[in-house]
Amino acid sequence: MRIEFNTLFGVVLEQLICKHLTKKYGKGAKALDNVSFFIPSSGIFALIGRNGAGKTTLIRILSTELMPTSGHASINGIDVVSNSKGIRESIAILPQESRAIPWLTPRQTVFSYLLYRGFSFKEANKLASKALSRLHLGRYADTLNRMLSGGTKRKVLVATIIASGSKILFIDEPTTGLDPLSRSDLWKILKELKKDHFIFLTTHYLEEAERLADQIGILEKGKLLGTGSLQELRRMVGYEYSIRLSDNSEKVYVKEGKRIEGLDGSMQILTNGHEADRIASRLIKNHTKFSINPTSLEDIFYYIVRKPIYAGNEEGEDEEE
Amino acid sequence: MRKNRLNQMYASVLVNAIYAMKNYPITLINTLLAPISILIVITLVSHGSLLSVSIIGALIMSMVSGGVSLQADLSHLKNDFRLQDMIVSSPTSALVYMAGMAISEIVYSLPAFLVLFVLAAIFVHATLLGAFTILAVLAIMYAFSIALGFLLSTISSDIIQNWAFSGIISTILTTIPPIYYTITYIPLPYRYIAYLSPTTYAAEIAQNAIGSIHLSMLSLAIDWAVVIIVSAILFIIAIKKNKWRE
Repeated sequence: MRIEFNTLFGVVLEQLICKHLTKKYGKGAKALDNVSFFIPSSGIFALIGRNGAGKTTLIRILSTELMPTSGHASINGIDVVSNSKGIRESIAILPQESRAIPWLTPRQTVFSYLLYRGFSFKEANKLASKALSRLHLGRYADTLNRMLSGGTKRKVLVATIIASGSKILFIDEPTTGLDPLSRSDLWKILKELKKDHFIFLTTHYLEEAERLADQIGILEKGKLLGTGSLQELRRMVGYEYSIRLSDNSEKVYVKEGKRIEGLDGSMQILTNGHEADRIASRLIKNHTKFSINPTSLEDIFYYIVRKPIYAGNEEGEDEEE
Repeated sequence: MRKNRLNQMYASVLVNAIYAMKNYPITLINTLLAPISILIVITLVSHGSLLSVSIIGALIMSMVSGGVSLQADLSHLKNDFRLQDMIVSSPTSALVYMAGMAISEIVYSLPAFLVLFVLAAIFVHATLLGAFTILAVLAIMYAFSIALGFLLSTISSDIIQNWAFSGIISTILTTIPPIYYTITYIPLPYRYIAYLSPTTYAAEIAQNAIGSIHLSMLSLAIDWAVVIIVSAILFIIAIKKNKWRE
């Protein structure tokens, strides 16, 4: 059972808490609409949603860049809305579409960011070298950023924020535009980092969230539709297995479960373990081709939002994504 | 952790000036080119008679252009690299970041200042009071152009638009007004147009300080008042419009 308190018997709980967070840009639609949730501030929390769902707005509020129209948020007992100075020491953000400055080298990028954060020259030098080595960027340390590949540039930015020693990292769509190899490289780094950091990640790659996250939140049109581990989300949906049939015309009797049309037009059945067993036996008997898998995050997302993640969000255009 | 404010300011100087100059040495002559070119043309056309006035004019131009460039640089770092977003979420304050950026513009213009100050030391004959007056004029022009740069950076968020703004405003403030020559070269009805630019008043003060023109105490007071009031107003508007935490 979870307890929603900042403190318990005087001890500050390591949690991120959002209470009724709402953000309106001008007279437009609400980019965030009464978002409330609490999660442990450890491991990786991945916020998923389509473009314009409100992910960037939420991450910008939590990282003290943006004021909410109403509501509160706190991390480890520090109110990020009213006490932004108090939390900035412990956080660092890698914004969406951030780019390594082309006329700087990786070493200069990390070093100058550390000076911005108030470190001495000596400390900044030492920490920059350490962070670059940790991300295996040592051999590129003195090459101009503009000469580096897209994946390496992104790693330079990750090195920049981890060098600060901040234990809470906000990373907004870190792998957008990266090739599969660079993406998997960055995933390895994030997996390593989550051992001693709390990473609040936004992504619209469901595979990324599924592979990396300990906790997942689903945001749609500014509303939070669910949070929890993948297993908890499966339970929330109520179906733990997904059966796909390539032949749409196949007649399958579904006693307990939901029959939906998959993203590729195939027939998909979401159901529980017992019913999945029964349907699978019947399909085998009929020599019908099918696949059966635990319900994926993509299935859950599609089931909850009723739209594929790659579809645009027309009503969320006001959001800065 | 104890914050070192000077280091925080120096970070902006590194990013926006020193690293650019170190990694791309071509930038060293960038700021030098425009003021020196106009200085040479005016000096040649006037057969050398306007050399000292032109050197002072080139110093004013360098100072104003540097300050106005701030708007493009702030916008570039904020919108194209998201550096400002990273800084907002860090322990750096808005004041420290902006002060560092403002200083970085002077550092970036150092090659121009170095050459122009050497030329001034050789060709401009001013009393000690005159030299202080010129330095004060340069300081107020720096404040004016920095305030203008901050203000413009809050208006436009697109780098192409910002570069266009920089070019237009620098020309309006430093090439068209009589800063490389005295205002007496402009026919009377058009002088009123020249007085629309604060740089005209600044140039008049400096030209008076080196004896190229002779202003009454009242005219001098009006000139100082105009440049100080305009700079103060721009600063107030820029501070009001500035959004550090949006």
